[in-house]
Amino acid sequence: MAEHGFLHQALVYLAAGVIAVPVFKRLGLGSVLGFLVAGVAIGPWGLRLISEPETVLHFSEFGVVLLLFLVGLELNPQRLWQLRRAIFGMGGVQVAATMLAVAALGWAFGQSVTVALVAGMGFAMSSTAIALATLEEKNLLPTPGGQASFSVLLFQDLAVIPLMLALGMISPGKSGAGIDWLAAAEAIAAIVALIFAGRNLLRPVLRYIANTRLREIFLGFSLLLVLGIAALMQAAGLSMALGAFLAGVLLADSEYRHELELDIEPFKGLLLGLFFIAVGMSVDLGLLMRSPLLVLGLALGVVALKIALLYPVAKLFGYCGRADALLFALTLSQVGEFAFVLYGVAGSQQVLERATVDLLTAAVAASMLTTPLLIALYQRVIMPRLERRSERAPDAIEEHNPVIIAGFGRYGQIVSRVLRGLGIGSTVVDHDPNQIDMVRRFGSIAYYGDATRLDLLEAAGAGKAKVLVVAVDDHEAALAITRLARSHFPQLKVLARARSRSDAFEYVEMGVPAVRETFGSALDAAELALRMLGHHPHVARRMAVQFRRRDEELLVEHAPHRHDEKRLIAASQQGRGDLERLLREEAGRLRKAGEGGWR
Amino acid sequence: MQRRVLVVYAHPDHDRSRANLRLRAAIEGLPGVTLHDLYAAYPDFFIDARREQAMLLEHEVLVFQHPMHWYGAPAIVKEWQDTVLEAGWAWGEGGDRLHGKQFMQAISAGGPPDSYRRGGKAHFTVVELLRPFEQMAHYCGMVCLPPFVTYGASIASNGELDAHAQGYRALVARIAAGELPAAFETFSSSE
Repeated sequence: MAEHGFLHQALVYLAAGVIAVPVFKRLGLGSVLGFLVAGVAIGPWGLRLISEPETVLHFSEFGVVLLLFLVGLELNPQRLWQLRRAIFGMGGVQVAATMLAVAALGWAFGQSVTVALVAGMGFAMSSTAIALATLEEKNLLPTPGGQASFSVLLFQDLAVIPLMLALGMISPGKSGAGIDWLAAAEAIAAIVALIFAGRNLLRPVLRYIANTRLREIFLGFSLLLVLGIAALMQAAGLSMALGAFLAGVLLADSEYRHELELDIEPFKGLLLGLFFIAVGMSVDLGLLMRSPLLVLGLALGVVALKIALLYPVAKLFGYCGRADALLFALTLSQVGEFAFVLYGVAGSQQVLERATVDLLTAAVAASMLTTPLLIALYQRVIMPRLERRSERAPDAIEEHNPVIIAGFGRYGQIVSRVLRGLGIGSTVVDHDPNQIDMVRRFGSIAYYGDATRLDLLEAAGAGKAKVLVVAVDDHEAALAITRLARSHFPQLKVLARARSRSDAFEYVEMGVPAVRETFGSALDAAELALRMLGHHPHVARRMAVQFRRRDEELLVEHAPHRHDEKRLIAASQQGRGDLERLLREEAGRLRKAGEGGWR
Repeated sequence: MQRRVLVVYAHPDHDRSRANLRLRAAIEGLPGVTLHDLYAAYPDFFIDARREQAMLLEHEVLVFQHPMHWYGAPAIVKEWQDTVLEAGWAWGEGGDRLHGKQFMQAISAGGPPDSYRRGGKAHFTVVELLRPFEQMAHYCGMVCLPPFVTYGASIASNGELDAHAQGYRALVARIAAGELPAAFETFSSSE
């Protein structure tokens, strides 16, 4: 259907994406799966709106290149150096272990050593595009599991070079290794040239371009830069994405970082979407229909095998939280797009038979569909459960202090710092092991445990302490802790943290003093705004204080109506009127004191 | 005649005081006496004028109880005067809300009585030093009672202070019961 031309194709791709992605996003399955399914729907095995997915796949691979450029921009060389153990250690172990395991299994099932080994090389790779895009969308990239995933993906991109060389060596056509050495030298020269140019030439050129003050030219140059590097890397037989990543890292410290990010971001999004659609289109549904068990079995088997290998790797390298290790394993469990290339080359060099290539490719594509589902499952079912019933047993609490602080995020930390400044000790408990480890590195003592449990409160000394500061941000947990403390420890004064006005109503009803967490900072902002408008600082503070007092009175007045929306609205409107009158009066009073009073 | 007494109490470091702690404890709970701790009610110094005025209207006697700081009251008492005693409310045109009420001060002074005289460390008598308060009362149409002074608050023994506090209690009780004359035209002789 190429005769329909570019316009037709663009229409189909855009429409498919715009229809499918919001639906999948709404279903909580993420945009990646949306694009993949859209691709299946419009591809040769669906509505046949597009007939040649390969060309699109090739073109849209630039989405992955741009993605890695952007990831590189976020990582300066120092940060990258910190990840070296994860990249080479975890990455190396993961690739080698997966490759050998798949090869051994293939061999055991009667495949030749060559076929088994090539299959293993492909299956060892994960999809950078799917893994990173999914992590980014779910905001999981900065977590330890996300960082580990990223590191291993980076290693896999590096591993492409020796793997392609190895494929060349085992292919029946060529046998000499001399040419391969030349290629390796070329590759190394290209990387050195890139690093040299990136450090010394890129910034002056960017400055020159930026000084033209033409946005389009800067945008054009940004794209030219990334595409140019990709072309250079491809010419040297390297991964384009790897080159773009390196360029990104070299620019991570530059003053143009944010502008580059802003310019590249939309292109990345669209091309990556197109890439996923292309992957969806290349899922060979015909083969799947003919031998569903074989394709699905192979795909699910590979995914299961990869998870089984990835999880212990994460544990081995100290990503000890069970949740993080699992996220890592699930994120990297699919087979990546590099496998398409590898199997394609292997097919053309007669290392693999045509039927084997088709089967492996179909399994790879099917494995990609599983990741968004697995991650959604992880987020919805596994993560909450792991966090609640974490494997770590509560720490033994050795100290007894007049104050117990439940929850040691930013809120609890500030409370404890003020107290500590006065020499008042506080026993701090938190249910997030990462948070505990973090504050311990900074020298604070915090205990791991779930404060919604009576035994933990007892262990923290709730029977003897004077004040319990509930500083957890989960409203349900905060209420549970408050109720528990009030019913079991009558001598313990509870200070709650209310996230919202309706939360605050509940504490008013219970008679527990509560701090509304954003109220104070919002008042600070109002006060500063008044000062910026030219009000005297003292007057501005007076207004803020008046507002706070009256609003707190209103809170108590309105609390009984909290379930009666109509009355609450009426009361709030009246309260707002009162408040306005009060502030105007206060302003008038100050003026009057200036005019009619003492001078 | 019963009189309701509002004791406006100001001590920035109440827990470490010796005299005021006892004086305050001695009158707390007396029938008809409201104790109003300014530093506790307004830790941020921002006094709610309307609330204070409403309280004043419900009492017939106003007592300022505080230690002597720099020959006057702690800062929050001045802030209270500046915000609560508004023109048109406590003084000036239409400012008659305090007319006829009684005013008294209960002062604790660190030094002994003989420092509060010519040639002494303080150079003036306590009554002289408190003239601005006396004038405040007159200006607002209030009747000024002689101050209740605790000398040597930092050197007196606990027993002496306890006994003194009982004297304070008796005085406030008599005021609340309406037993004291409505006015002392002058009280400089009472020292």
